Amino acid sequence: MIAIDILQETFWSLSANKVRSGLTILGIVIGIASVITMVSIGQGAQSSIASSIQSIGSNLIIVSPGAQRGNNVSAGRGSSQTLTVADADAIKTEIQGIKAVAPEVSRRYQMTAKGTNTNTQVVGTVPDYLTVRNVAVDSGTFITDNQVKTSSKVVVLGPTARDDLFGVGTNPIGQTIRIKNVDFEIIGVTLAKGGSGFSNPDDSVYVPLTSAQHFLSGDTFVSSISIAASDSNTIASVQQEVSDFLMKRHNIFDPQLVDFSLMNQADIIATASSVTGTFTILLASIAGISLLVGGIGIMNMMLTTVTERTREIGLRKSVGIRKEYILWQFLSEAVALTFFGGITGVLLGWIASLLVSRFAGLSTVVAPSSVMLAFGVSAGVGIIFGFYPARRAANLIPMEALRYE
Amino acid sequence: MIECKNLTKVYENGDVDTTALKAVSFHIEKGEFVAIIGPSGSGKSTLMHILGALEVPTSGTYFLDGKEVSQLNDDELSSLRQQKIGFVFQAFNLLPRTTVLRNVMLPLLYTDTTKSEREERAKQCLKYAGLEESKYYNLSNQLSGGQIQRVAIARALINNPAIILADEPTGNLDTKTSHIVMQAFQELHRKGHTIILITHEPEIADFAERIISLRDGMIESDKKK
Repeated sequence: MIAIDILQETFWSLSANKVRSGLTILGIVIGIASVITMVSIGQGAQSSIASSIQSIGSNLIIVSPGAQRGNNVSAGRGSSQTLTVADADAIKTEIQGIKAVAPEVSRRYQMTAKGTNTNTQVVGTVPDYLTVRNVAVDSGTFITDNQVKTSSKVVVLGPTARDDLFGVGTNPIGQTIRIKNVDFEIIGVTLAKGGSGFSNPDDSVYVPLTSAQHFLSGDTFVSSISIAASDSNTIASVQQEVSDFLMKRHNIFDPQLVDFSLMNQADIIATASSVTGTFTILLASIAGISLLVGGIGIMNMMLTTVTERTREIGLRKSVGIRKEYILWQFLSEAVALTFFGGITGVLLGWIASLLVSRFAGLSTVVAPSSVMLAFGVSAGVGIIFGFYPARRAANLIPMEALRYE
Repeated sequence: MIECKNLTKVYENGDVDTTALKAVSFHIEKGEFVAIIGPSGSGKSTLMHILGALEVPTSGTYFLDGKEVSQLNDDELSSLRQQKIGFVFQAFNLLPRTTVLRNVMLPLLYTDTTKSEREERAKQCLKYAGLEESKYYNLSNQLSGGQIQRVAIARALINNPAIILADEPTGNLDTKTSHIVMQAFQELHRKGHTIILITHEPEIADFAERIISLRDGMIESDKKK
């Protein structure tokens, strides 16, 4: 009977004061929804940075040609043509702790296929490229060692290049594309990886290394050598060995004059970690400020409505209702408001982050931890500040509460 | 039934102390109909609030049915107010935006009565207080002053209390309505309720059997008819 009375009083009291209840709920909804949306955008950005870095490859060391120097004029990094396939082969046989080595020749070319054409990256490489760069084949096959040896005119398309040339989702295997007036037969399509910032692996086409050198670039140099170390802990030592080895091979003794440069994935990750670190701080401050603002909003709403009801509490006491029942009713009202507002806020925040990823193109991640944090803080604040002033009023002598202005 | 000895009430308001009651002593028997009169500021409302257990005296003792009220704890005071006292406030004090019926049923909340029993009794009391049936489901802020007063009286009656305390029950009413309300109190008196009311109109006080007149916090006269 008492429990039913409390629930009925709660319902009546909230529905008799629709504007007051509505505003309180609105405060809670906005507080929670803003925290969830903000945090989901931040976490989405964080995870997309992380997956971008992972998609480059694993334990990767990239050797690029250095600056060409002659008569004290530098033509800029990457301009010297000193790296060769022989360098790559030597690295693979001479240095320990290497899983795979993939030399590559990349350049952008215009290409045509049955009336459509596009301009994209053509990567001439070897089968180990799959291992080194974390590329997987979706349909057909990748380039084989034999095709590299015989300079076959075959090509593997990235999914974006396939979409541009043949249409979304089509199977172009067996057809040909024409690059620099040479026809290449399509033997496979790679699996989509998502953009990785540096060069989009989905918007590339792959041909055998030797074919690229013979038919496209016309020389024997490579534009980079990608090396996969067998263990992430040995990347630094492998990098050092590769550096020493190549200096010896190229007969260079002054480290200032090296004709190549090395970059490893750990360096990229370290740079990115400092970015994600900043992100984490940014996220925490956004969440903190949103929670603070939301919490203060809820606190204000609760404090003012309950203080405003001091006279009502006095009246209830003066007709002989016990303090504990008055407190149960106010607690139940605060719980009802915060939970109703909380659930609405979670839904709204979730919908808002879906809309953000749908229309703004940012990826969002609604983390259970941010939902719990937002819900917990607002429920806590709502209940404490709904209950505490009610308790204060219920402890007053009825006449003092009734006289309260 | 009611026994007051040396009741004193001092309000502290910053540095200034205001003495509302100075050592007031009196005795009221069961079934009496008492009017407390006095000019404004004479301490009559304060006395009424102490009798209704809504306020505690600064010093002195107040016995109700042999129990000293100042010795009771908060819950015992609530039970006392609920079971023995019906209070009609000067400023009506109904729950805002709430129906007449729910206002009258308020003192029955959290008691072991069913919903239909509560409504039944609320309707009886409202009928007794003279409110038209068409108003029972109106919200409290849609009523006139006289109607609100009847609702307040009905609420005071709902627990069938031994004592009914009314603080200026006719203060906001015209002469005709005042007389109807006073006749209702006389009727309650005949049924055996002890009635204590406050007024500043001698004409209203004439409905009572005994008139205690207060001035400056002290009893000036105490006459029985």
